[in-house]
Amino acid sequence: MSGIVLWFLIGLPAFSGTVLCMGGRRLDRAAIPVSLGVSTVVAALAIGAAFSRPTATMPFVQGAAFGLTVDALSAVVLPAVASVALVVLVFASAEGAAREISPPARFHGFMLLFTAAVLITVTATTLVTLLFAWELMGAMSYALIGFRWSEQQRVSGGLTAFLVTRSADLGLYAAAGAALAAGTGMELTALPDAPPGWRDLIAAGILIAALGKAAQLPFSFWLSRAMEGPSPVSALLHSAAMVAMGGYLLLRTEQLLEVTGGAAHAAAWTGALTALVLGAVALAQRDLKQLLAASTAAQLGFVVLAAGVGAIAGGTAHLVAHAATKAALFLAAGAWLTALGTKQLGALRGAGRRWPLVGVTFAVAALSLAGVAPLSLWATKDAVLVVALEESLALYGVGLAAALVSAAYAGKILIMVWRPMAAGAEDQYDTEEHGTRHIGRWEKAPLVVLAMAAAVLGALALPPVGDLLRSALNREPVPESGWIELAVSTVLAAVVIVLVARFRTPEPRWASDWLGLERAAHLLMVRPVVGLAGLLARFDDHILDRGVWASAKLTQAAAKRTARVDDAVLDTAVDRISTAGLRAADVSARADAGGVDAAVEATARAARRFGSLARRPQTGQLHHYYAQAVVVLTAAVVLLLLVR
Amino acid sequence: MLSLVVFLPLFAAVVLAAFPKIPDRTARWAWVLITAIDAALVGVMWLGYRTPAAGQLGYEEQVKWIPNVGSSYHVGVDGLSLPLLALTVVVFLACAVYALKEDQRPRIQAALFLFLQTSCLGLFAAQDLILFFLFFDLSIVGMYFVIAGWGHGNAARSALKFFLYTFLGSLALLLGFIGLYLYAEPHTFDMVELAASAPLDGNPMAGGWVLGAILLGLAIKTPTFPFHTWLPPAHTDAPAIGSAVLAGILLKMGTYGFVRIAMPMLPEAWRAWSWLIIAIGIISVLYGALVALAQTDLKRMIAYTSVNHMGYVVLAVGAVGVAGSGPAREVAVTGALTQMVSHGLITAALFLLAGVLHERAGTYDMGSYGGLAGQAPKFAALFAVGAFASLGLPGFSGFIAEFQIFAGSIGTVPLTALALPGILITAALFLLALQRLLTGSAGKKTHAVTDLTTRELFSVGPLLLLALLIGVFPRPLLDLIEPAASTVVVLLGR
Repeated sequence: MSGIVLWFLIGLPAFSGTVLCMGGRRLDRAAIPVSLGVSTVVAALAIGAAFSRPTATMPFVQGAAFGLTVDALSAVVLPAVASVALVVLVFASAEGAAREISPPARFHGFMLLFTAAVLITVTATTLVTLLFAWELMGAMSYALIGFRWSEQQRVSGGLTAFLVTRSADLGLYAAAGAALAAGTGMELTALPDAPPGWRDLIAAGILIAALGKAAQLPFSFWLSRAMEGPSPVSALLHSAAMVAMGGYLLLRTEQLLEVTGGAAHAAAWTGALTALVLGAVALAQRDLKQLLAASTAAQLGFVVLAAGVGAIAGGTAHLVAHAATKAALFLAAGAWLTALGTKQLGALRGAGRRWPLVGVTFAVAALSLAGVAPLSLWATKDAVLVVALEESLALYGVGLAAALVSAAYAGKILIMVWRPMAAGAEDQYDTEEHGTRHIGRWEKAPLVVLAMAAAVLGALALPPVGDLLRSALNREPVPESGWIELAVSTVLAAVVIVLVARFRTPEPRWASDWLGLERAAHLLMVRPVVGLAGLLARFDDHILDRGVWASAKLTQAAAKRTARVDDAVLDTAVDRISTAGLRAADVSARADAGGVDAAVEATARAARRFGSLARRPQTGQLHHYYAQAVVVLTAAVVLLLLVR
Repeated sequence: MLSLVVFLPLFAAVVLAAFPKIPDRTARWAWVLITAIDAALVGVMWLGYRTPAAGQLGYEEQVKWIPNVGSSYHVGVDGLSLPLLALTVVVFLACAVYALKEDQRPRIQAALFLFLQTSCLGLFAAQDLILFFLFFDLSIVGMYFVIAGWGHGNAARSALKFFLYTFLGSLALLLGFIGLYLYAEPHTFDMVELAASAPLDGNPMAGGWVLGAILLGLAIKTPTFPFHTWLPPAHTDAPAIGSAVLAGILLKMGTYGFVRIAMPMLPEAWRAWSWLIIAIGIISVLYGALVALAQTDLKRMIAYTSVNHMGYVVLAVGAVGVAGSGPAREVAVTGALTQMVSHGLITAALFLLAGVLHERAGTYDMGSYGGLAGQAPKFAALFAVGAFASLGLPGFSGFIAEFQIFAGSIGTVPLTALALPGILITAALFLLALQRLLTGSAGKKTHAVTDLTTRELFSVGPLLLLALLIGVFPRPLLDLIEPAASTVVVLLGR
């Protein structure tokens, strides 16, 4: 019975999204009401499902059902994702933002489809369900990043995002095969029981897929290109939902990573290093959205680190808190982009003062990002780091450094937008689009909601809620952050912000173009593949196909030669033979006339002569006969005498 | 019932061909009507189908034909053939609707396609090798006339190449069939008996040669690397509906032959040579995808993706031959069959859409277009859906197929993971094609492309809708296929 709620939860946005996408322009007027109505219902259902914990399965492929369930982990993440989706869609429906996203039917349709895919990802119980939703998210992100299709670079941004994440998704295909071979089936909960060997393969596949989606090293660069998309897309996909799902998958499969050993280590270190290095990349950015994107990858690094060290509760809290925080920042950036026509940090100087409500919500979110108490990421990040400390000091050190870097880049943007406006600021506006100089009520309201969430969600990592979460999610007890650690951490963050305000922010130049990762991918992957493709195409046309033509020609030539043989040899031979035959006939005719006949006649003549000769003794006279008899007898006697 | 389904189109074809007085309009609509009735009949068959015991057939019919060589008119369906029969009627119906505007000898075209439909249906229904071979060759003859008579560009040459190449393949096939016949005791061409007795088991030498001949014939038809070079020119120069049938149905004859003839009748030889088959599969997947990536001509690109998609099928059926146990092998065979149906639907749709472009602007060159999303939004939407379906996006049948193929193959032979980049390259090439055709600024031919008409919408739309339905609710199809797939695995494991 309770399963119906789940089917409704994913079916509603999936169906209405499909209709909106395929319905064309005539649904434009219905788009916003449908979208807001559906996402409100979805958010309500998600919150309900967090309490009722429904399960639903549908037979799908052999050996793996399409299974959905709400367990303790998804009970936290599901409402969060659904709520952020609703808030972002409200923002996208506001007058100012809507300019950027026309036609609305297609936009809201894709957003709803995307939401459905995320909800499936969060609740999936089998590998095939997961992969189904996982790739659907990727495709929707392609469509949403390249939403303004008339501009080629936006479409290529979507293409890069889709291809990079899909290349990582191949890991999930391999994991599914390994799960089948291992005989454990495709239930996510059964994967840790797979025999070693297969288990490692499954863990490796899942890890790669998750790192790709979470924009961890070395996949991070696609997130930079994804910033070509409209701001609401970034707010939903690149903070709360899609990128976050990479981290979420690792939290969900933490036990598998743990039993494999190596996978947990790899996850922890990749997460920590991404947090640090992409933090540096964020620091180096001068474009607000680029900075936020790099920061997303860095913050997801903490979640991946959490999964690697077994801090599920801390990681989940960080995931949810980051979703609210980063969505607020992206929406604020989007609001300024439509109002001022720019997202360059230098040009945004003083933007916070011009619209104080936006400025304050932005400040709250930025301070949360910096890790300043009592805002959310302060507590959640420490909940992760304290477990990492137990695991390894080095890991903790990297994580702590990453935390300080995030304080630095958060301070950088905070201070920039609250600086007094410079004279001639207007000159720097409208570099990317024509600004409206207006931010409406319905753009501000979502910011307020998200900023409030960013302020209080730290409770998820602090007693008493944090204790509940820990006992519900963690398989074994993990250390908690003490008050001293928490105090030190906020002081450090505050110091870093003051330093950033006092001195110029360092902008490491090596990190400004995202470590050259995209160029490297082009050089190492794209170019060789495209080159090989061209080579093979030429091979196909000029050698393989020509080979076929050549053999056809050869056959034809052989046929011709045979024909010629036919003409020249056989025919001639036949000619010759017949000529010879004729001649032979002639010869024989002549032979016939001259030879045979003559011989016959000669024989006849001889016979005749012989006959006349023989007739000669027959004289009829008796004495002749006696004389002949004496001759014959004498001859006979002589013969007898001689022979004896 | 089955014979009615098979021969109804032929009957209509004869009537259409015999009465030159039939007006064009009547001929076009008669074609649609007949294919619709045939589709409805197959629908009824599907609803009434109950999975028979292993080795048995549904809707079986057997009539004496050439008893002195052990050949009879023997037809029947099971989980291997019924999905393909259904695919055939659906694709031909889509073609009939698409051709409602055809003004080039529509009566003869209708007759020819109806004839072709009978040969396709007959092949999938055949349970006798001689019958199979007969329909196999008739389909080649039919397609030759389709390309030569209604094609464009270098149609005559392409048609001839297609004919000679595949006809040569069919001769190899015939040789293999004769081999099977000779080794069977008593001599027979009956496919059910041959599958039950596997006459060449225990005779690796002869089994190898017979399998070799059959594989060669099927590989040319499928086509796999390196026998695929007839495919791109045939597609490029064929009319849209010809391409749809060629890619949608005729290619399946090759892969269907693997699961229907080669695997059950020559299990020992198949197992012995499975590594070669896997290798051919992997090469076809990667090679097809890479060469497709380099194309600038839309139709050639889709043609090469067929090599890639059929490569997945070959890969899966090859992997099944490697010793192993567990459900992975059944999953692989099920995936292979799903892929046949899926590829038939999606590629037929894509070829019809490519035909729309050619009809409007006279070229398949992707560089001549651009910005079609604004100029022809319905076309753009359907093409995008088709492209994503073809690259194996979840929610479409291609995902169900490729997921099972890879999970099953990797689960049996982990080395088959080598073919995984194929799905990545396919994604890249389709997204690039989308980008070239639909987005950006208008190209020099874009202005000529008016949006899809209702007729075109009703022709292409249902194909993609079916792909979507299978992708979301695969059970009705898989319930049909899975028992047959497990029978194949059992027969192969003897």
